[in-house]
Amino acid sequence: MATEKKNISEEKEAKKKEMILFLSSSEEKEHFLSKGNRKLLSDPLDDNNPITVQVLGICSALAITVQLEPAVVMAIAVVFVMAFSNIIVSMLRNMIPSRIRIIVQLVVVASLVALVDQVLKAYAYDVSKQLSVFIGLIITNCIVMGRLEAFALGNGVYKSFLDGIGNAAGYGLILIIVAFFRELLGSGKLFGFEVLGHKAATVADSTGLYALGYENNGLMLLSPMALIVVGLLIWVQRARNRKLIEEN
Amino acid sequence: MDFINLFVRSIFIENMIFAYFLGMCSYLAVSKTVKTAVGLGAAVIFVLTITVPINYLLDNYLLRPGALSWLGAEFADVDLSFLSFIMFIAVIASMVQLVEMIVEKFAPALYGALGIFLPLIAVNCAILGGALFMQQKDFGVITEAITYGFGSGIGWFLAILGIAAIREKIAYSNVPAPLKGLGITFIITGLMALGFMSFMGIKL
Repeated sequence: MATEKKNISEEKEAKKKEMILFLSSSEEKEHFLSKGNRKLLSDPLDDNNPITVQVLGICSALAITVQLEPAVVMAIAVVFVMAFSNIIVSMLRNMIPSRIRIIVQLVVVASLVALVDQVLKAYAYDVSKQLSVFIGLIITNCIVMGRLEAFALGNGVYKSFLDGIGNAAGYGLILIIVAFFRELLGSGKLFGFEVLGHKAATVADSTGLYALGYENNGLMLLSPMALIVVGLLIWVQRARNRKLIEEN
Repeated sequence: MDFINLFVRSIFIENMIFAYFLGMCSYLAVSKTVKTAVGLGAAVIFVLTITVPINYLLDNYLLRPGALSWLGAEFADVDLSFLSFIMFIAVIASMVQLVEMIVEKFAPALYGALGIFLPLIAVNCAILGGALFMQQKDFGVITEAITYGFGSGIGWFLAILGIAAIREKIAYSNVPAPLKGLGITFIITGLMALGFMSFMGIKL
């Protein structure tokens, strides 16, 4: 709490300077894609991935990774919601009283999610049916709230925008990797195309891998496998990047 | 009989964590010891039992198409369901705040046990998930909504209690270093979820 208050008062002092910076963006001190800003985008993809390292936003992630298509739609929806909620909250950050900030953030996020939901219902009804309640659950996706709390409340608009895009992309990346393996191994398809050949009633009629007697792994379609695939992803990532290993 | 059916279903077959992965963030973050897990689990039961029925009333008398017909015939075809996300989350956030204040005033001992977990719950996906599934399930009477909320809460409580107990023990085993902590927790949760899938065979 104390550090937060300090941050806010510091923010207020820096506000004027920043406003000038923000308004006269043509003469920004920092380059548009300077090293620091690039890091904001690239860090969440690996070293600081929201799912495998920060452990945020697993809730709505796993149930929709049976196929690639809903996973990609979900990733795009989250990118949109995070980028804009970060922008809005970062703009409002000096006006929100800290006691009710959670409710304010929730309302901002909920309105954006309602927008996404309505757009999906209008233009991609099938996917929206498939995602059912999970679009709504983006509101309580901890990754959105987590980044708002940890970043947008204390940083400028452009940086918050980059942070939102970066974290949502890191989240989407994991979603798409998990969905890739589950759809490929579970039903032998990618985006609904039969990449492993066509499976007919008998082996003799089948083409591709199925002609050799290959069978789909039905277990991958069940929800528990999503957790296990993420567990294995974490294993691979931490084996590559030893500094992420936990004590116990 | 229907209520028992719904109750058992919401605990075991449609378990919030093992079937829908709702509330995973706090489930992973707070399951290091059994004591804190029990605290958070109890708070989730409490809040779900309160918010699901309230959101049920809100949905039935305000949001769904035709819900406003009690105001008069001209309101009969008003459809406010696009507002449901905002209304549900506002109810949840304010109820959590209210519950926190009431518990602090009248049950300081309980507040000591639940205190730090209550604010966390406003952003627990299981709570909003409960409200959204309730909306999808089209319950006929409010008692069904109460049963569903309570049952889902118990299911969540059982899940976090189980994983916390396992994590306390697993501290003594020799897990490969990159899997330690988060990785092994994911895999164990996956195995527990596989176990819970066997309840699907129950005919109710």
